[in-house]
Amino acid sequence: MDNLIAGQAPVRSRRGAEGPWRTAWRKLKVDRAAIMAFGVLVLITAASLAAPLYARYVAQTDPFATNLNGEIVINGETKQVLEPSTEGLSLGFTPLGPTWDFGPYMLGADNQGRDVAARLLYGGRNSLLIAGAAALICLGLATVLGVISGFFGGLVDTLLSRILDVLWAFPIFLLAISLSIVLISQSISIGPIEIRSGSLWLPVFIIGIVYVPYVARPIRGHVLSLMRAEFVTAAIGIGAPPWRILLYDILPNVITRVIVFVPLILALNMMTESSLSFLSIGVQPPDASWGTIIQDGQGLLYSRPIVALAPGLAIVISVLALNILGDGVRDALDPKSSIRVA
Amino acid sequence: MLVALVSRLGQMLLVMFGISVVAFLIFFATPGADPSARIAGRNASQETLVQVRHDFGLDRPLPVQYGLMMERLFISRDLTSFVNRGQKVVPTVLEAIPVTLSLVFGAAVFWVLGGLIVGVVAGATRGSWLDRTLMILSLIGVSIPVFWLGEVANLITQSRWHDSWLFSWVPPLGYIALTDSPWGWFKALVIPWFTLATLYIGLYGRVLRASIIETMQEDFIRTARAKGIGERRVLINHGLRTSLVAFVTMFGLDFGALVGGGALLTEVVFGLQGVGKLTYGALQTLDLPMILATVIYASFFVVMANFVVDVAFVFIDPRARDGH
Amino acid sequence: MATEMPLLAVENLCVSFRTDGGVVPAVSGVSFSVERREILGVVGESGSGKSQTLLAIMGLINSPNAIVTGSVRFLGQEMLGLKRRALDAIRGRQVAMVFQDPMTALTPVHTIGDQIIEQIRAHESLSRGAARRRAVELLDAVGLPSPESAVDRYPHQLSGGMRQRAVIAMALSCNPALLIADEPTTALDVTVQAQILELIGRLRDSFGSAVILVTHDLGVVAEVADRVMVMYAGRVVEEGGKGQLFREPLHPYSWGLFGSIPPMHGPRPARLTAIPGSPPKLSQMPQGCAFGPRCGFRHEACAAQPSLGSAGGHRSACFLPREGRHELRRTLAGGVPA
Repeated sequence: MDNLIAGQAPVRSRRGAEGPWRTAWRKLKVDRAAIMAFGVLVLITAASLAAPLYARYVAQTDPFATNLNGEIVINGETKQVLEPSTEGLSLGFTPLGPTWDFGPYMLGADNQGRDVAARLLYGGRNSLLIAGAAALICLGLATVLGVISGFFGGLVDTLLSRILDVLWAFPIFLLAISLSIVLISQSISIGPIEIRSGSLWLPVFIIGIVYVPYVARPIRGHVLSLMRAEFVTAAIGIGAPPWRILLYDILPNVITRVIVFVPLILALNMMTESSLSFLSIGVQPPDASWGTIIQDGQGLLYSRPIVALAPGLAIVISVLALNILGDGVRDALDPKSSIRVA
Repeated sequence: MLVALVSRLGQMLLVMFGISVVAFLIFFATPGADPSARIAGRNASQETLVQVRHDFGLDRPLPVQYGLMMERLFISRDLTSFVNRGQKVVPTVLEAIPVTLSLVFGAAVFWVLGGLIVGVVAGATRGSWLDRTLMILSLIGVSIPVFWLGEVANLITQSRWHDSWLFSWVPPLGYIALTDSPWGWFKALVIPWFTLATLYIGLYGRVLRASIIETMQEDFIRTARAKGIGERRVLINHGLRTSLVAFVTMFGLDFGALVGGGALLTEVVFGLQGVGKLTYGALQTLDLPMILATVIYASFFVVMANFVVDVAFVFIDPRARDGH
Repeated sequence: MATEMPLLAVENLCVSFRTDGGVVPAVSGVSFSVERREILGVVGESGSGKSQTLLAIMGLINSPNAIVTGSVRFLGQEMLGLKRRALDAIRGRQVAMVFQDPMTALTPVHTIGDQIIEQIRAHESLSRGAARRRAVELLDAVGLPSPESAVDRYPHQLSGGMRQRAVIAMALSCNPALLIADEPTTALDVTVQAQILELIGRLRDSFGSAVILVTHDLGVVAEVADRVMVMYAGRVVEEGGKGQLFREPLHPYSWGLFGSIPPMHGPRPARLTAIPGSPPKLSQMPQGCAFGPRCGFRHEACAAQPSLGSAGGHRSACFLPREGRHELRRTLAGGVPA
């Protein structure tokens, strides 16, 4: 599995000729699909960050305030944001459809008369934020656990591995749902940190935790194989202290593996967040995420499908871009690793 | 051999015990999460809370509560729901199983066939436009949230084009038992099957392609070609056959996880009363006995799947038989 | 001489690969022929193009970046550029190949027997049972102990030597007229090497096959070959009957090769000579004679590419005058080259 040249650490800690980082960058630079995917992600992030500007200057509404009796003038014609209707599932009202003009209600209104386009951008902010923060937690924890487990071995390893095994056998999605349901409606305090109920940090925390075994296991395996590699044996042979081996021989090699995981875990987190939010146990109102907007749109699916379609497309595009980028990063850094994209 | 089997079974029991404890702890011992407060409802008086706690045995020590729960779940099997008084948990779960099995089984047929075709065709035509197209489609399939895909499918087949010749056969959302009407069962499930299978077709196609491409570089493929047996035979009987090991492992685990409730989102979107939806409903009302039952049921399938995969491994990979 | 068609005639075979750094030649203008029941030994260092030559003959170079030109005729039939179906009618049936590393040459998920049966049934309409009986006979013939049980073994259950015997049994399963063996003993233990060689040597007698035996071990060639071909940097530098070539090698590279192993007869040399330098990189082939930079007898003529003379049975690609080469060689054997 691991293509290690005997006696030589694959990642050198000192600057030499072309190091693996530079090689990887050179490969990634010419990977057009990956570069495009990265561009798309930057665009999506920028658009999401510009959400307040959009709400203020383009949509000219507060995307978090209900606007049941609002009116809007389109082509000189005054329309109600929520038109009374006799058909459909939406409680006797059909919200305004998309105007397709770069202005208020470009993508129409939801069943509370809020601007869907503005909410989409705000939702993107939360979706990206949660995916990113949870990825940090997940990769950080998994790296620490995997490295400790693989490096120290023995009892620590056995114990950690068993715990990870149990978590692994626990259906990940059910675990996330269980935790969300229990935690979402109340505040929790762990030591000095207090997380309010309905806070964004709850989904971050939950999503960050559930995929830890998923990453920690391969990292542990990688560390174990590194520990058997000849350059580590050589380092032990010349009497290098354990901390030095850990810092100079193990970590630099583990980092590449972790980086390969970054886009994939981001994609996974984004999917999980949207699923939880869709089940109303992720991001809590009045906050929005792409998942909650799809949930909002479910009742309007047959009358105003755009409410559910738009955020779904946003998820598909973002996750697709992350997966493409993930493929590129993997090919550049670690072509031999077989990491499953799910 | 027998020793290995017994120790494997012991391990399985241990893992299932661990899962039941974790599930129990999540719901009964999370700091600040008082189940009695959920049952009694908001703004319940202190006396009501005490009464509820006593009624449901929530004032006993945690290990005792856990033991009682397990006793009533597995031995007397008379565990009842906290929410719908009188509803027995075990029969309710048993009733939901055929729905979930129907959904996952049918989807599995699609995704195994789809994954095999995509993986083999893409692997065999590596670098061609066909390969590239298939891989892009697979990647898109992997990137679509299943619940959203389900909604889009509903929008098309239930609303927008329901009256066209294309989708007029689609019955309203819900499950039709196989025993009631096999054709109805098929019609009710075929769209959920496709929806659930999409992700896995993409996933399996990608994994299989990578595996086949790697295998086709091996020395033994060159030997096979030198035998003059034709490229298709080389590809299927040597390339694919060797790559199947990873494929089967993945399949076992995914199948177990889905039967164990992982198909929840699909069940919710298509209104199928399976185990996943049951779990979801129980979670929303915090119906603890039901949750425990479904989670343990789920873990049973996941653990079983692990076991079956290990056994299947021995059949597919002769090297595993001798402990290599 | 030319009355009968040779079994295999290779003419001007070239194999090159497109890489980031341009087109790199691996085999350049190789021509030779193999007669029926003849054992041709091919020697040369690693990277001399031996393996690529064989793979090209078998049509097994299928990298999209490979360019294969020239002609390979088996019993008069051109094999290069042949359609897959027509090629497969020859491969495995009339021309079979044994590979270098028996550890990786067999598909791990099928039994030895199944892999042999697959080949037999691809070429002959034989029942499974009959094919299986033939497989057992073959395994017996190549000296696998208890062939009835070995036929149901998986490759990983056999040792390297046993696997190589199984591979050879598979190659022989359709009674090929030509067996191509690519360093069949390199990956094996020394004791096993001798057995496998003996086996290959016997093949001609029991199966009537001609053999191309590639090796970098001169001892092996001395043992079994009828004729010897020496390759260097993708070209044939010398070719001739074994006795002739071993007695009077004509190419300075061959001299180097023979000088690097201790002689069996005669006085013991003070020290074995090594060829100075190392083989050229394929991507940086020197102008003219590729051996030039390492040759002690280099002169102006060597700036051009020497051709393999066509004179009779013993040919060499060198500009040195044919007469007097032995004296030159003696100066080399005597000590420091000029």
